[in-house]
Amino acid sequence: MGLDVVTLSRLQFALTIMFHYLFPPLAIGLGALLVFMEGAFHLTGDKDWEHLARFWTKIFAINFALGVASGIVMEFQFGTNWSSYARFVGDVFGSALAAEGIFAFFLESAFLAVLVFGWDRVSPRMHLLSTVLVALGSAFSAVWIVVANSWQQTPAGYALVSHDGVLRAEITDFWAMIFNPSSVQRLVHTLLGAYLVGGALVASVSAYHVLKGRHAALMRKSLGLAVLFAVAAALALPLSGDLQARIVARTQPAKLAAFEGLYRTTARAPLSLAGLPDDARQELRFAVAVPGLLSLLVHHRLDAPVIGLDAFKPEDRPPVLPSFLLYHAMVGAGMALAALFVLAAWRLHQGRLHEDRLLLWALVWSVAPAIAAGEMGWCAAEVGRQPWIVYGLLRTSQAASRAVPAAHILVSLALFALVYALLGALWLRILDEKIRRGPEEA
Amino acid sequence: MDLRVLWFMLLGVLLTGYAVLDGFDLGVGILHLGARDDRERRIFLDSIGPLWDGNEVWLVTFGGALFAAFPEAYATAFSAFYLAFILLLFALILRAASIEFRSKRDSAAWRAFWDAAFFCASLVAALLFGVAVGDSMLGIPIAADHEFTGTFLGLLRPYALLVGALNVSLFTLHGSLYLQLKTEGGLQQRISRWSWRALGAFLALYLVTTVVTLARMPQALANFGRMPWLWGVVAASVLALASIPYSLYLRRPGWAFLSSAATIACLIALFGAALYPNLIVSSLNPAWSLTTASASSSEKTLGIMAVIAALGMPLVLSYTAVIYWVFRGKVKLGRLSY
Repeated sequence: MGLDVVTLSRLQFALTIMFHYLFPPLAIGLGALLVFMEGAFHLTGDKDWEHLARFWTKIFAINFALGVASGIVMEFQFGTNWSSYARFVGDVFGSALAAEGIFAFFLESAFLAVLVFGWDRVSPRMHLLSTVLVALGSAFSAVWIVVANSWQQTPAGYALVSHDGVLRAEITDFWAMIFNPSSVQRLVHTLLGAYLVGGALVASVSAYHVLKGRHAALMRKSLGLAVLFAVAAALALPLSGDLQARIVARTQPAKLAAFEGLYRTTARAPLSLAGLPDDARQELRFAVAVPGLLSLLVHHRLDAPVIGLDAFKPEDRPPVLPSFLLYHAMVGAGMALAALFVLAAWRLHQGRLHEDRLLLWALVWSVAPAIAAGEMGWCAAEVGRQPWIVYGLLRTSQAASRAVPAAHILVSLALFALVYALLGALWLRILDEKIRRGPEEA
Repeated sequence: MDLRVLWFMLLGVLLTGYAVLDGFDLGVGILHLGARDDRERRIFLDSIGPLWDGNEVWLVTFGGALFAAFPEAYATAFSAFYLAFILLLFALILRAASIEFRSKRDSAAWRAFWDAAFFCASLVAALLFGVAVGDSMLGIPIAADHEFTGTFLGLLRPYALLVGALNVSLFTLHGSLYLQLKTEGGLQQRISRWSWRALGAFLALYLVTTVVTLARMPQALANFGRMPWLWGVVAASVLALASIPYSLYLRRPGWAFLSSAATIACLIALFGAALYPNLIVSSLNPAWSLTTASASSSEKTLGIMAVIAALGMPLVLSYTAVIYWVFRGKVKLGRLSY
């Protein structure tokens, strides 16, 4: 694998999407929590909730601005780096992107202005309404993006049409395209992941202040809210993951086989908890597995065969090692977070969460694995789709721009790496300063 | 109406929305270093604070709509202008970062750095938009397979740079008129003098650009014979332009701002009239140009997109109206300020 146009464009896409994906889950998750905080203020009249909402709005705004700027990069790259892909899918994929702009981004960005700058300009009701609309807008944008990506995973509602001998996909059934086999479950999983990130962030910051004994009354309230919110998301995630895995088994069996390190089609297929896929030996080494559980989960029958990688030609198989590791790391992080938040919710119920310093410190750090799990889940989904950019229709190797020389992409890749590293570091520092200072400066 | 014509026009509307709205906040960025002290700079930032990211959404939606309606044109243009687009992206990222980060620390060096970054990024973005328009007018080397065969430096031609400079002067003017609406007292008077200077620069560049365009690209008027109503757009642009100095003279910055918005809209309409039915002109062979017919999505998709636009655009316009109403009036620095 030399540094050709396809490889460089893939590296650049991976870098820029992973940087971008720091922000949308924060916006979706935090947006929902802001609705709860401001809603609580309206219902109870308790000024603490307003105070909290104001504090978190400022954090939200910084994330949002970087999300907008890094998001434009993503939209442009389909044309700059993946123009052969754009020509092939524009008829289908473009409409989802355009709909995202029209239905989600305008809503989000307009009412964000009221959210951040409008406290003294509009009535409290109008402010609450704006908060609700921003939370909805950020979820809407997830809808369109996940639909577009799901179409790449499980294309539906299209026909391949030839124009002067060049094939492209065109919409034949809009609703079948929108509700393609994987879009609903993937959307649910993505949103739940974002809610977990939002809950973990608020829990983390609140736990930190409770530990430091600052703004204690205020922070105990947000800690309780965040723990309940996060535990709900963390418990729903494996259920949604299970539903999704069954769709993957049906629609993208090679991906599921790579996730599980299942080299051979097997009845009573085991669910691997850990291991190291070895392509040379075509087996999962050091496997820790529960016999039959994969068959049971996927087909609800212990003896049902699960398709392995041997059912696919070598050139149609995804890279097993990264798919396996990313998928298992996501599941592991998700399970650990579920356990952590269940424990925290139990302690909260007992009224002893605020004394359990060890648990509070674990909550402080919980936001890191929550964000990492979302990143790894997306990486697994995208790597597991390889070698296809549109599953079964277009190979990634055929999708890059033809007019762009590799040297230009090398330059842009290096610049993105540099600028994003600096920006990411500054973002963390400024966020950290704001968070440590806490709500009083609001 | 033919859906391809409809989408050609809707793209024009989205581009106009972008240029009119983000145009003024880019202009504020270009004028940013003219503010004398920290207080004035915070006023400048606050004047666009609630609005700039919403304004940028017009560009995102323009890109999405171009992708959906004319995927061939999207793919060809974005890969042809690769380095230019990457540069534009960095400018937009840097702008977002400077607006958000600048006032988060009390250090003078920190603020000076982001002030400079904000200025440079705004200037580069405004210049690149103009260059892109100039190159579109001239045509770029596109082969029969719709692929670009030129180089990055080949895009920086004198005419393209002239249109780039024209756009910088136009956005500077537009931004200064916006700032007049948001400021008061001595600051407003100083900005008023900037408006006059920017207007002078714009008029001079506009005159040169018009002469060069007509001399080098007589085909720009090809559609005027078939569609004589286009002369009405020319007349409207002259009136809109003339109304800027008149409104400034009467000290009616609101009218002046609307006039410059109308000027921008007319210029984009004329740009569309010069291009149509081409989206990207091939300088190698006119038969290889990407037209509304050869670059478009299927009839069905254009129809679906038209429904999406019909449902969505009224919402978009109403949010925009609400936000500009909520944030009307002069900037007052307060605890929510940058």
